[in-house]
Amino acid sequence: MKTLVSRFRPEQIRLLFLIALMILMVVFFSIEIPGYFNARFVNRISTSVVVVAVLAVGQTLVFLTRNFDLSVGSIAGFTAYFVGQQMWWHKDWSPITAVLIALGIGIIAGSINGVLVAYGRVPSIITTIGTLAIFRSFLVEYSHAVPITTNNLPRWLVNLSSVVLLRIGEVQIRALFAIMIGVVIIFQLVLTFLPFGRRLYAIGSNPDAARIAGFPAQRMVFLAFLISGALAGLAGFLFIGRYGNVTVLAGIGLEFASIAAVVVGGVSNAGGSGTVVGAFLGALFLDLLENSLFRWQAVSEFWRDFILGMLILFAVALDNVVFGRLKNVWARAGLQMSTEESNEPEVASHVE
Amino acid sequence: MSNNPSTPAPTSSGDSFFSAIWRRLKSWEGLLLVILLAIFAINSSLAPGYLTIGNQINLFILSIEKVIIALTMTFLIINGEIDLSAPSILGLAACVTAALYRGGMDFGLAVVIALGAGLVCGAFNGFWIARVGLNSLVVTLSTLIAYRGLARAIVEDASIGKFPDWFNTLGQKNLIGPFPLALIIFFVMYVVAVIILQYSGFGRQVYVIGNSKDAARYSGVKVRRVKFILYLASGLVSALAGVLLAARLGAVRGDIGYGYELDIITMVLLGGVSIFGGSGTLYGVFLSILIILNIRNGMGLASLSGHFQTGVIGVLLILSVLGPNLFNQARASINRRRLRRAPPAHPVT
Repeated sequence: MKTLVSRFRPEQIRLLFLIALMILMVVFFSIEIPGYFNARFVNRISTSVVVVAVLAVGQTLVFLTRNFDLSVGSIAGFTAYFVGQQMWWHKDWSPITAVLIALGIGIIAGSINGVLVAYGRVPSIITTIGTLAIFRSFLVEYSHAVPITTNNLPRWLVNLSSVVLLRIGEVQIRALFAIMIGVVIIFQLVLTFLPFGRRLYAIGSNPDAARIAGFPAQRMVFLAFLISGALAGLAGFLFIGRYGNVTVLAGIGLEFASIAAVVVGGVSNAGGSGTVVGAFLGALFLDLLENSLFRWQAVSEFWRDFILGMLILFAVALDNVVFGRLKNVWARAGLQMSTEESNEPEVASHVE
Repeated sequence: MSNNPSTPAPTSSGDSFFSAIWRRLKSWEGLLLVILLAIFAINSSLAPGYLTIGNQINLFILSIEKVIIALTMTFLIINGEIDLSAPSILGLAACVTAALYRGGMDFGLAVVIALGAGLVCGAFNGFWIARVGLNSLVVTLSTLIAYRGLARAIVEDASIGKFPDWFNTLGQKNLIGPFPLALIIFFVMYVVAVIILQYSGFGRQVYVIGNSKDAARYSGVKVRRVKFILYLASGLVSALAGVLLAARLGAVRGDIGYGYELDIITMVLLGGVSIFGGSGTLYGVFLSILIILNIRNGMGLASLSGHFQTGVIGVLLILSVLGPNLFNQARASINRRRLRRAPPAHPVT
């Protein structure tokens, strides 16, 4: 037991559990569905996961500060539309410009959220329910309900989803996937190594202590929302790159998908734990489940949202009940290792 | 926190009648009343003959389902919790009713089962929040998705209509005088809710828990039971609203009542109920309901689209929390400055 305790932390065990579950799922569906697991399937999953995964990275930062960002779907939808429209009007603009426009819009939207939550002290759930509606109505009014289709877009943007950077056998590493992986790696490194990342964890674990210790808590929360907005903008760019068509409904429900990914990936809204890699694995898990269930044809696609909602709930419940106990075991073992002489280590209980 | 603008000021016997009224007007409710009168004035100038009882009744009828759910939402938010899943329970109840009726069941029985489904949904929320102790935001956010998904799974992409005549009549025709059934139900529920929240022991407990859960528990309040009852009530009332909406529209689809949470929560928070729990009254909520209904109607008169209206409601929602926050911050800083400048009047020896 002690070697186990010293080698792994509970968070890592949880991620290993998630990966094992995914492997089991793939094995199960491979048996059930003939010709299920092949290179084409891997390629399809790696393309369909990108939008939600990038949103989940931003959502992770916001979650670490004990907040929600429900407006990411609307931000992504608006950005996708705006970028598409600009590329339609200015066919000679470069891809870099498109990405910069997307990031810019995302940053503006995210900083509105950030100012309201961090400095206006409006709870994030209220702020982002409000801005979810505001950004969406902005999109509808701005677009005059004129959809953007692949015919209007420059060629490079239409072809973006099939650009292959690297080929391993039949498995393709596509450009969109590479962008997403880049985002995941960068933000994982930021959270692990930069002071900014460590402070986010500190604020989430104990907001009062972080404030007393002199952390600029308001600025951190503001930055978390700003980055979440920027990544939602980037996700909007990936959205138009992947689908090529944007209507006023673009991105509806993505906020729920990103929250589901984050929660299933083990990021906690109640106490500064979780990783970006976890959120990515959560997004991958949901995508795998969705793609597999509907190919299985035992479940109609109308059940999708029901399954999504229940998964979030059970992931949270499981974390709270099982994972909370696990953490207690670890804390106790840690205490025993550090102070062998103490007979009854006091461990703060998680149960209210 | 202690001197919240929405707490009704106690009127001592020494006050004159007018100073009591003046104190009322200076409160949050007074501000709402001024806003409401301004909206009445603007709308009346847009459409002559706007300010009639008939038109106001009509406004209520067109949003009666949101208004009904706002009552239970008020209890929950004062209690320090929230129920984001209420509109999904509404949709689920409407879909259950319609699907059972399509399956050949007696309509009255289908309605009863739909109400029962609402109770089960509420109990499910209540179980995770009151018993297991999970965060109500996370729980009801996930059941918001799940119940809506269940409603969609039940009716798929069909639209179910052709309800029995008595049901449609009940939903669309006036029952007593100019009032249809839904409006009468609302007024009865409002009076009952006011009695429970403002004048009963249970209502006191709701406030106490919202102010401090720990203090409530230490003084013997059964926190879990109160919360569980509130979620049960929220589920039942949302289901009732769903049945009423089905009766009013005469047809049901999977996305019926989608996105209502924005209006409902705005009605409650604009009414002076603190999102942090423990304060606010149903009187304020009634005024803010009137404000939101009339604002939406006024924007409709000015031929602004429904999506634009939703955006404005979003702004209102944020302002209704931001406004008091800024006000309290400003007052706190003024008080601090005053304290610093003036020496204490009665020096402590």
